[in-house]
Amino acid sequence: MSGINYSEKIPNNVDLASNRALQRALEHWQPNYLKWWADMGPDNSTGFDVYLRTAVSVDPKGWAHYDYVRMPDYRWGIFLAPAEAGRQVNFGAHQGEAAWQEVPGEYRSTLRRIIVTQGDTEPASVEQQRHLGLTCPSLYDLRNLFQVNVEEGRHLWAMVYLLHAHFGKDGREEGEALLERRSGDADNPRILTAFNEKTPDWLSFFMFTFITDRDGKYQLAALAESGFDPLSRTCRFMLTEEAHHLFVGESGVARIIERTCEMMVQHKTDDVARLRGLGVIDLPTLQRYLNFHFSVTSDLYGSEVSSNAASFYTNGLKGRFQETTLEDDHRLETSEYPVMEVVGDRILTRHVGAVTALNERLRDDWTHDLQNAIERWNRIPEKHGIGLRFKLPHKGFHRRIGVFAEHHVSPEGKVVSEAEWTHHHQQWLPSAEDRAYVQSLMGRVTEPGRFANWIAPPRQGINRQAVDFEYVRFN
Amino acid sequence: MITFDTAPERYNHWKLGFDGPVATLTLDVAEDRGIAPGYKLKLNSYDLGVDIELHDALNRIRFEHPEVRSVVVTSGKSRMFCSGANIYMLGLSSHAWKVNFCKFTNETRNGIEDSSRHSGLKFLAALNGATAGGGYELALACDEIAMIDDRSSAVSLPEVPLLGVLPGTGGLTRLVDKRRVRRDLADVFCTTAEGVRADRAREWKLVDHIGKPQQFNAMVRARALEMATLSDRPGGKGVALTPLARRADEGGYHYATVEVHLNAAARTAQFTVKAPEGQQPATPEAALALGAEWWPLKLARELDDAILLLRHNHLDLGLWLLKTRGSIDGVLASDAFLQQHGSHWFVRETLGYLRRTLARLDVSSRSLFAIADQDSCFAGTLAELLLAADRSFMLQLPEEDKDAPHLALSALNFGAYPSVSGATRIAARFCEEEAPVEAARQTMGERLSARGARDLGLVTSTPDDLDWEDEIRLAIEERASLSPDALTGMEASLRFSGRENLATRVFGRLTAWQNWIFNRPNAVGEQGALKVYGTGAKAKFNWERV
Repeated sequence: MSGINYSEKIPNNVDLASNRALQRALEHWQPNYLKWWADMGPDNSTGFDVYLRTAVSVDPKGWAHYDYVRMPDYRWGIFLAPAEAGRQVNFGAHQGEAAWQEVPGEYRSTLRRIIVTQGDTEPASVEQQRHLGLTCPSLYDLRNLFQVNVEEGRHLWAMVYLLHAHFGKDGREEGEALLERRSGDADNPRILTAFNEKTPDWLSFFMFTFITDRDGKYQLAALAESGFDPLSRTCRFMLTEEAHHLFVGESGVARIIERTCEMMVQHKTDDVARLRGLGVIDLPTLQRYLNFHFSVTSDLYGSEVSSNAASFYTNGLKGRFQETTLEDDHRLETSEYPVMEVVGDRILTRHVGAVTALNERLRDDWTHDLQNAIERWNRIPEKHGIGLRFKLPHKGFHRRIGVFAEHHVSPEGKVVSEAEWTHHHQQWLPSAEDRAYVQSLMGRVTEPGRFANWIAPPRQGINRQAVDFEYVRFN
Repeated sequence: MITFDTAPERYNHWKLGFDGPVATLTLDVAEDRGIAPGYKLKLNSYDLGVDIELHDALNRIRFEHPEVRSVVVTSGKSRMFCSGANIYMLGLSSHAWKVNFCKFTNETRNGIEDSSRHSGLKFLAALNGATAGGGYELALACDEIAMIDDRSSAVSLPEVPLLGVLPGTGGLTRLVDKRRVRRDLADVFCTTAEGVRADRAREWKLVDHIGKPQQFNAMVRARALEMATLSDRPGGKGVALTPLARRADEGGYHYATVEVHLNAAARTAQFTVKAPEGQQPATPEAALALGAEWWPLKLARELDDAILLLRHNHLDLGLWLLKTRGSIDGVLASDAFLQQHGSHWFVRETLGYLRRTLARLDVSSRSLFAIADQDSCFAGTLAELLLAADRSFMLQLPEEDKDAPHLALSALNFGAYPSVSGATRIAARFCEEEAPVEAARQTMGERLSARGARDLGLVTSTPDDLDWEDEIRLAIEERASLSPDALTGMEASLRFSGRENLATRVFGRLTAWQNWIFNRPNAVGEQGALKVYGTGAKAKFNWERV
């Protein structure tokens, strides 16, 4: 074995130091991971000292340790939430059995697919965001981007840990493949479509972390209910980090709204051209970005009615959001759940077996969470006396997967013809012109405490540091 | 529990007679001695118990009577040879019982042909009365059929017209494949419940010889003696098949050369086969002196018994794990001996027993995983277990590790143990492509590491020590979770690649159709033909062709 000091180099609570199988797997994988980071991680950033949070243990003091770190030296660790004594499989056909500490052979390939699909999203988002450092609106935001990136990297480690620890040779091969796929590469794409879209500008980045990382939260939460205990514990710890990513997204867009509203009040205008002349992002453009990211991310949940989701649930592999707090039989053999369908030009609701509608249910939980966050955004124009309110589009709007895939639905939920869609979609989704305008704003602001014109400063800094703290040193 | 070991003094249904080079197997079924309650074995009909005795009797002839060169199979009843499998027994049996019963009877009949082909035992069926269904199928397994021409006895396969099922012991297949009966005549024969009498039977090639009642016995005797001259069996002292020393307890079955560990929770059975220990005989005479204690024969008998016990008594143990323990050199030395003295009658019979036993694995409706772990000795004859398996796992350790398991092939892997299809298992493994078989042959006698075995394509997977336990556990759990029916069908399809022969058609086409029919209402529904047989009621069919 090589001379890696595992507990020093790779903080962990999985007893890596005495697990030869895991060491062997990681010894091969880690150099490839670092190479991937060098090739596909944040562009041109290896020399920067970044004020980052590193998890060094799972207790409240240890999981948020702040210091300057060069990202290639970041100590990507492996952490599982502490074991819950006597934990059981809490739903499905195995309900009441002791939670599995080892992969049941019967579900080996299914679990592997679930973990690989989840794991694939983590490096994908790093790849999607790798050029954003060149156009950061502030040091504070640049640091947040890097924090999100290294933690997505750690989440990849978390999933690869499961593959290495529990899936043998197949798991190691899948671990390698996670480093070989590339976001947006037509020949070798990431698994899920949304993770092959570009994140070309910071507004897209904030929308992505606000909306798509929130899908991540809901997927992780559903997997945190898994009867396969190591998956559950891994996901529970990942969720503590995911919260920061959602904060980056929600507060990022909120600061853009804040800045635009300030300018609208100051210049007493809601004229788009005028506001663009003033160098801020008009609120209707923000709504169109919201429409786009919401609809694309909706597709990640899959079809409304899904036999895969049903079997994941029945077999105890993936639960519902906060499964154990729900009050029902946790088997869903007889209960129903409403899903939409398109009949002619009308959208109707029908009831299907609840166990087949779990994708839809998770999508609804996520939508509800987003709705609350959007209401927090809406307090900003309200505070400034501006009438516009942000709205989530109808769930059938601009969908590629599920019952709406073959139909055009307006943001208000009206089934529209091809002609109407062609006529209106530029009002509903970001146009090339919108994107070009947002792109034109992307400069690079690196002076501590300074912010790009199109975004307001945050109310407070990271880890109680000042807003003008030097979050990144370029050396 | 159903057991398969018996001895002539305990037979209920067969008499075994010896006269010079001719043995006579006389079926005289005791109708009250069915193996299960609820039916009488009338009209010399048989059930599993009758066939267990036949299986034993054949082995007695093979081993205990090297002077026997031809065998007459006949009946002790007047005007009745055999009316086949007992219909009431079939009506009372579960589907699994019927399938197991048919498989065992098929294997026994294949064994008759195997002995004729390989060890110079010639069989003459002497149909001294009415011969129906399975009775005629037993005759079809013999080299020649003599039939009494008394103007009333008939041979028939009445399953289709009378019972709405098929002759399930190879009858349809042997009519056309072995006896080359024209297929339209076969069609007429198989749909005529009363069958055909002797003159037409000979005309249609259903039988070879016919004789009037007065001359019948003399004719049979004369023909049996003629057939005996075709054989090279030498005579001399035989080998007593002493009772098997089998211990059964909750954990499984224990023999000298085979341990079977049952795991009901995991639905697996683990076979551990042990290599020979200590000094082995240097000459066939020394082997003869050891008799049933000689390792290869002991292994064949014990493994055969274990397979049969598991098949019939542990239906839900769907995955058999095959392991070996002991010295590779010991197995290779034994193989070299078997190879060198293969023409000696005792060695030849022992190879035959091993061949037939290994062939049972090919047609067992169980998943087979071979596990080559530390101290294993999948070499030569024992490597056939690994080659018979659906998947094989071999522990990979560093070359210098003295505990690293090895695999080795011997000459016996390249011809002595053909699988049911007639191809060697190694050839069947590579779909009879020559290059990989030749590459494997080049390593004969060498010890192959896991890597070497994998590169030659002899093993499926070679996890190292870090992965080993989990890989095996996961593979086993995964296999045990799959549909047993689908696995049976899948494994049977994949095990038999390439060539077909009479046996594969019996175990494949005929058996699959029969199993389908056995599940259909037209046979087993309330008004199905098998159910209403003997009640006087008429079967009601659903006329849709499927």
